[in-house]
Amino acid sequence: MTITEPTSQINGVDVEHLLHAREVLTSAPPAAQFTWRAGSEWTNGTEATTTVNNFFGLGEEQTHDNPHTVVTDHPSLFGAGDAGATPVELAMMALAGCLTAGIASVAQNWDVKLNSVTATLEGDMDLAGILGIDPDVRNGFSAVRVAYDIDADTDDATIEAIVAQSQKRSAVFDIMANPTAVTVEVV
Amino acid sequence: MRTDVTIIGAGQAGLAMSHCLTEDGIDHVVVERGSTANAWRTERWDSLRLLTPNWMSRLPGFQYQGSDPEGYMTASEVGDYLDRYRASFDAPVHDETSVDQVTPTDNGFEVETSGGRIDSRSVVIATGACGSPHIPAVAADFPTQTRHLSPIHYRNPDEIEGPVLVVGASASGAQIADELARAGHNVTVAVSNHVRLPRRYRGMDIHWWLEKLGILDEHISDVDDPLKARRTPSLQLVGSPEGRDLGLNELQSSGVRVAGRLAGVADTTVQFSGSLANVIHSADLKQNRLLDRCDEYAEASGLTHELVAAHRPAATSVEALPLTAHTGDFATVIWATGFRPSYPYLPEHFLDAKGGLPQNEGVTDQRGLFILGTTFGTRRNSSFLDGVGRDAAALAGSIRCDLERQLSASAFGGR
Repeated sequence: MTITEPTSQINGVDVEHLLHAREVLTSAPPAAQFTWRAGSEWTNGTEATTTVNNFFGLGEEQTHDNPHTVVTDHPSLFGAGDAGATPVELAMMALAGCLTAGIASVAQNWDVKLNSVTATLEGDMDLAGILGIDPDVRNGFSAVRVAYDIDADTDDATIEAIVAQSQKRSAVFDIMANPTAVTVEVV
Repeated sequence: MRTDVTIIGAGQAGLAMSHCLTEDGIDHVVVERGSTANAWRTERWDSLRLLTPNWMSRLPGFQYQGSDPEGYMTASEVGDYLDRYRASFDAPVHDETSVDQVTPTDNGFEVETSGGRIDSRSVVIATGACGSPHIPAVAADFPTQTRHLSPIHYRNPDEIEGPVLVVGASASGAQIADELARAGHNVTVAVSNHVRLPRRYRGMDIHWWLEKLGILDEHISDVDDPLKARRTPSLQLVGSPEGRDLGLNELQSSGVRVAGRLAGVADTTVQFSGSLANVIHSADLKQNRLLDRCDEYAEASGLTHELVAAHRPAATSVEALPLTAHTGDFATVIWATGFRPSYPYLPEHFLDAKGGLPQNEGVTDQRGLFILGTTFGTRRNSSFLDGVGRDAAALAGSIRCDLERQLSASAFGGR
């Protein structure tokens, strides 16, 4: 076995793991079929508690190391209890998390050391949509803006390229920017 | 009929192959469903020109000798060019001969054609990079009265009525959208990933740079991601006498309206992706990285002072359309969404899950079956007029070895 660089993984991303997974899954397409799951319980008012633990992938049931739970609610401005972030804010948190993870992974893969990555997000929404005031106004965001401030051991053009590539392979970016089939049923 | 090699297709790939086999004294025929350069003559729009400058039309034993080396031949001029090539070595072409079935036998293949059966020791598929047009499933979600066209069926603006949605902004989509808008049509283009480049940089055609940088003849084994490399869209360019650029800025100036990728159709709502800003910015970044490499090359090769000073194209800045439209907004949809391989005459088990024919440097997994001229088959320019010749020359060597192996095997009895 040859001596290799210690996998110090400059940004902490185990890129080898991901690249290996990509190789394996290329030749075994069914194994790449994942189903993510979440379970949610109404608490009170507009408050709900949602937990993730089990998911399906690589051909079998999987679990997180620990269950993860999020409480969602609305702000007191809305006459609610503010027991948690609004679901809409959670969507922005998801986008930030996904894009930032992507930036770290891409930078890792390109051997670029990241020193700090700060994202600021804004999502515009006309409440006339969800309040049913105006049928021409959508419920969701009319626009989402993300601004990344990144300090890395590379030039600006490379940082821009890393951020561009992160969007290209981001699940939540795709979820937000493109249509998704959503079905809701009563069991 | 019996022969050692049957070449399917008399375009640049088939003729280059025929030239190399002729030089090697290998017995062969070329079968062509139409006449020479059939696709150039019958499956291209009226105004189509080469994307590469005329000087970059080098075939084995033949090259452009016209008066406009920096210009771009029209499709019918390419047809004439290939006719002359064919005549130059009296290629053994059988016109109006389509292939119905290729069946492996003990001695090679039975090739059933509309002109009879050919018993051939080897077969070379040279039908080109444009198999059958890929029309995404979403086309079916448009109303029945919507007219759908692929670029190989589009001919000119006069044939098109009503507002048009062009899906795809690579070479075909950009050129067709531009031509339609200039002719006064109401055109929207749905833009996904594309490769933006200037037509010329520092006084030289962009292909001059791509060749110097070693990008055009880059070998598939040298790229990080071969699958992605083979899916690289055609350059967002046009070959025009004026040598103009054809990016999204230019399209917008011609009156084309720019939308994001066609993401879906829900009832009567056409959905465009909200990823347009990223797509545009990514293309600009990639362009600038490529132009950086051009400047580095100019510096390293001492040409900096001979070339025009560097002038970078302006950033792409378009007014994006809203994310939705109505299906009734478009009378015609032109699907400039690429091609899928098509080998209906081959046994299905020869093909991979996507209908392609696995190959390595033109040699397939089936003994005696070879293929030439596919997109980045061996090198980035494998499907280009200027690149197929090198692959043909190498493939001739493989074919010769294979024939000799077949002959010695049959000499010792059995296969």
